[in-house]
Amino acid sequence: MARSEADLRRFLHGLPGVDQVGAEGRAAGLFTRSIKTTAKAWAIDMAISMVDLTTLEGADTPGKVRSLCAKAMRPDGTAPAVAAVCVYPDLVATAVDALQGSRVAVASVATAFPSGRAALDTKLHDVRDAVAAGAGEIDMVIDRGAFLAGHYLQVFDEIVATKAACGSAHLKVILETGELVTLDNVRRASWLALLAGGDFIKTSTGKVTPAATPPVALTMLQAVRDFHATTGSVRGVKLAGGIRTSKDAVRYLVMVNEVAGEQWLDPALFRFGASSLLNDLLLQRHKLATGVYDGPDYVTVD
Amino acid sequence: MPKFEYAPAPESRDIGRLKEHYGIFVDGAFRDGAGEATKTINPANEEPLAEVAEAAPSDVDDAVRAARRAFGPWSALPGRERAKYLYRIARAIQERSRELAVLESLDNGKPIKESRDVDVPLAAAHFFYYAGWADKLEYAGFGPSPRPIGVAGQIIPWNFPLLMAAWKIAPALACGNTVILKPAETTPLTALTLAEIIAEADLPPGVVNILAGGPEVGQAIVEHEGVDKIAFTGSTEVGKIIQRTIAGTGKRVSLELGGKAANIIFEDAALDQAIEGIVNGIFFNQGHVCCAGSRLLVQESVADEVIAALQARLLTLRLGDPLDKNTDIGAINSAAQLARIRELTSSGESEGATRWSPPCEIPDRGYWFAPTVFTNVSQANTIAREEIFGPVLSVLTFRTPAEAVEKANNTPYGLSAGIWTEKGSRILWFAQQLRAGVVWANTFNRFDPGSPFGGYKESGFGREGGRHGLEAYLAH
Repeated sequence: MARSEADLRRFLHGLPGVDQVGAEGRAAGLFTRSIKTTAKAWAIDMAISMVDLTTLEGADTPGKVRSLCAKAMRPDGTAPAVAAVCVYPDLVATAVDALQGSRVAVASVATAFPSGRAALDTKLHDVRDAVAAGAGEIDMVIDRGAFLAGHYLQVFDEIVATKAACGSAHLKVILETGELVTLDNVRRASWLALLAGGDFIKTSTGKVTPAATPPVALTMLQAVRDFHATTGSVRGVKLAGGIRTSKDAVRYLVMVNEVAGEQWLDPALFRFGASSLLNDLLLQRHKLATGVYDGPDYVTVD
Repeated sequence: MPKFEYAPAPESRDIGRLKEHYGIFVDGAFRDGAGEATKTINPANEEPLAEVAEAAPSDVDDAVRAARRAFGPWSALPGRERAKYLYRIARAIQERSRELAVLESLDNGKPIKESRDVDVPLAAAHFFYYAGWADKLEYAGFGPSPRPIGVAGQIIPWNFPLLMAAWKIAPALACGNTVILKPAETTPLTALTLAEIIAEADLPPGVVNILAGGPEVGQAIVEHEGVDKIAFTGSTEVGKIIQRTIAGTGKRVSLELGGKAANIIFEDAALDQAIEGIVNGIFFNQGHVCCAGSRLLVQESVADEVIAALQARLLTLRLGDPLDKNTDIGAINSAAQLARIRELTSSGESEGATRWSPPCEIPDRGYWFAPTVFTNVSQANTIAREEIFGPVLSVLTFRTPAEAVEKANNTPYGLSAGIWTEKGSRILWFAQQLRAGVVWANTFNRFDPGSPFGGYKESGFGREGGRHGLEAYLAH
């Protein structure tokens, strides 16, 4: 496939368009599904196991990361562990150490996160650092400026180079859909990232608003579905930014189920990048078990 | 066993405040009709819901007399005063929206998500919309002092019982007419609950009369010499009978009849959204929609892709209990309608089309029909010509825009059509070529009180909704 700028452009612009109004309508329709009782309990546990518990602050410290890792492995007495802890590259070693012996993965943002505005060498260096420190998953950002300027091959090549730098680590490609704006762009960027070898496509850095929105999630789930139908290769989707409530998480699981298919209801293929979502999932989980809501002090502040 | 099994999420039946017995509403009072007492049944399980003391022709006489008496004072009220009643009715529909939605799903069989999100809110919206016109009629473009026609006899179908009542009553009252409304025999309950709302709104007696009953009641309304205007929504067959009956009487008439709409997908369409439009076009309300997109015309170059994607999408449709909030396809409204759908679909097979349905469990009791797609359909097949009024889609192909227009228009009907393309100029060109009253572009089955709705050719005449909808109730 695409080895020249022109080929790539022709392919991406040849993808069917996305009608914004229709996509919003479909997403809203899926969100009216009513998930109760046993279905809700199942969905909440599934959502917990799909969380990439994230801290991406300038003020992050080893202490903060260690405390997050403890929560990730054992969110409360009976809840399942989350999928991964997501940190900046310099804190990967701390997280790897804290998560030793558990199945919780360490994910690291890299490639001059969140803006992606650095030389390619610098970005790849960032990736190699994180991988060397033990990160099993790399969340890269695409060069949105290059994408919006129509330099698709440049974006493609950067993803390919990053994938190579990852070695055996999984690569999640952050599209930063809030900066791509149109759903046509989201579809093109999704295909671009999948063609270049991204294991996951991810909505956002969490630093730009809007982040994960229902029509964006819909369009990306359609992309992995169609990519699978076309190539046979199964890739994942990660929604990040703005998903804070159990209700939203469960709604997105309905979307995953009905748009991509139940195969994607698996932490290996679908993730929520979040920090506060986990606590709400735990509160709702406890409410389902006991029939009463806990106060906010019954979940931990990390 | 699916991984993510949605647990039942039924809306409570009690919310419908179903009564054991319903009567008719004449001259501001409820009473038993002089006709037979019949049972209205729940099509999802065939169990009786309530007894309805139906009207007889003698009740029609009473209703017409009451409506004639009420017409003078009602039409003499200033528009702003009539508007107050309409606003009151609209608000009461909103306040009782859950009750009305449950009742509608019980009596009709449609999924609660549709009665809750479409039928009831739109019914309220129509009253709000026409309330706004009541004091502005002289600016509607129908002359400087438009007058009401008089007594309107309105006969409505069973597919959108409450919504059709709203479409009929709201513009009639806004223009100063009085009304005799006959809901369909299988779905009288929400119209009779609307009668309660109207009574509680203190509408003067006789302005609205609601007579539950069968075809003989409808016939008595059509034939009655005290009725000045007939508004009918239903089959083309009955529409023709009505026209014959009133020929030479000077009665006005507006008819909204059958349809066999083309939903046309071009190769450059936003395909994922087009698939949704196809599903919404034909499986909304079990396909019991006169403007349903029952003929899918797909450009041949993308036909295989569209059919495969459509079939994959239909696997996610959930058929079952209409009161479950996750149900997409409810029950067929009556045994008679189910028989008709079965008969037409078997003709599809015998005439050589390929039939496909997603595997889906059909409940043991009640009237059900799985969503069905026919491919390899030719324009000559019965299923491509006749209105099925069920969840049955016929897929045909075309090669060029001109061929699409020709095929789309090649039907005695002309109610609606849909076009899916990313090319704006083609949409505008296409809409001008189509002989259809409503043309949707990149959407389907969208309704708004501000938008006129009605047909060409054997789909009827007259418009409902919007400024145009006033014309059917004004003598200008």
